[in-house]
Amino acid sequence: MKSIHVSTTVNGDAVEFICAPDESLLDVLRNRLGLTGAKEGCGTGDCGACSVTLNGRLVCSCLVLGAEAEGADVGTIEGLANGDALHQLQQSFIDHAALQCGICTPGILVAAKALLEKNPDPTDTEVRYWLAGNLCRCTGYDKIIHAVQDAAQKMRSA
Amino acid sequence: MRFAQPRTTEEAAGLIAQEAGLTRILSGGTDVMVQLKSGLVEPDLIVDIKHIPGLRAITPEDGGFRIGAAVSGAELGEHEGVRALWPGVVEGVELIGSTQVQGRATMAGNLCNGSPAADAVPGLVAANAIARIMGPDGERDCPVAEIPVGPGKTTLAKAEFLTSIFLPARPDRSGDAYLRFIPRTEMDIAVAAAAVSLTLDAAGTVTAARVALGAVAPTIRLVPAAADAILGAKLDDAAIAALMEACSAACNPIDDKRGTIEFRTQVAGVLAKRAALIAYSRAGGTV
Repeated sequence: MKSIHVSTTVNGDAVEFICAPDESLLDVLRNRLGLTGAKEGCGTGDCGACSVTLNGRLVCSCLVLGAEAEGADVGTIEGLANGDALHQLQQSFIDHAALQCGICTPGILVAAKALLEKNPDPTDTEVRYWLAGNLCRCTGYDKIIHAVQDAAQKMRSA
Repeated sequence: MRFAQPRTTEEAAGLIAQEAGLTRILSGGTDVMVQLKSGLVEPDLIVDIKHIPGLRAITPEDGGFRIGAAVSGAELGEHEGVRALWPGVVEGVELIGSTQVQGRATMAGNLCNGSPAADAVPGLVAANAIARIMGPDGERDCPVAEIPVGPGKTTLAKAEFLTSIFLPARPDRSGDAYLRFIPRTEMDIAVAAAAVSLTLDAAGTVTAARVALGAVAPTIRLVPAAADAILGAKLDDAAIAALMEACSAACNPIDDKRGTIEFRTQVAGVLAKRAALIAYSRAGGTV
């Protein structure tokens, strides 16, 4: 297979990489760019652990080819914190103990950030439906919903 | 495997026509990438059509809308014009997958994937939507209802692909709706589904109707007998009963752990009734 050269932007930084034509964006991020925050859970778009934004849209990076990132703007969990300063969502997840094993957490944080950018004041039901594609087998989701709402409230009054 | 990003429909059609092996069209990729991952298909060529001008556009046309084949569910759902004209089509598309899947999945891909349970398709069939298809000999138009022929199979020839789907204009006092049954509230595949599109006269009598069922036959099925059952009626009890009976009679479902034949056959009628009542209300009628 002929390798493909891709120029893209990840978390605001210009990035170039070479990938195989059938290589997923998730594999590129993890194995070629060293960005291991996005996780592979199912690899088929069911679990949301690999969530990233692609040109501002929330997507499963396991369902995107690396080659599709050419000229695109990719956002990952690694772009959430500002240096050592955690994003409010990250702080609220810690404060509310909204994680246990943590595998799903990067995807949920990326998804929750996309939600609050679109809807800064969601209802609990809206949060649950938005995050329906992010599976968590530890928390039972309640603490996640509380953490997102806590972050939303603090971000609105910030 | 090779990966191509053509910039015109002609270039795309040429690439596919020249490929002796297996080709897959990539727009949202939510089905194609899963097929790749599972090893179910090993394409020789992937053609990403998203960079062809117009394929990601929603364009007003003759009082309706032309939806580019690479428009995602999220983009369609944010379009107030389409939502207002064809709410039943949009609600079907929006039931596909998660927020993440909505960010990529397309109505055209849902159609071409050929699933009998495709959530976008009953609404399109009820709307009498027209697919525009590009092929080696140029473009042709084809009613969406004539595209699926069986699970995973369509009437598209090799080297043909969808470039857009046209949702037509509709008269005043028209409405449509789509409902499906799943055993949970979100993130599942239809066990039975129904879409109804209808037009009323000033007195609230149904003057035109189309009814389509999903997940109860090898393809999405247009049910003319169900439309006939409500034509000339105001969705009174007798008309509704005839609608339900016609829908159940049109079912030829599979029998599996998610729904028995009896269950799917009965529920298809119930969903058609409820969808008809919603469509009727959206058209301005009061039962």
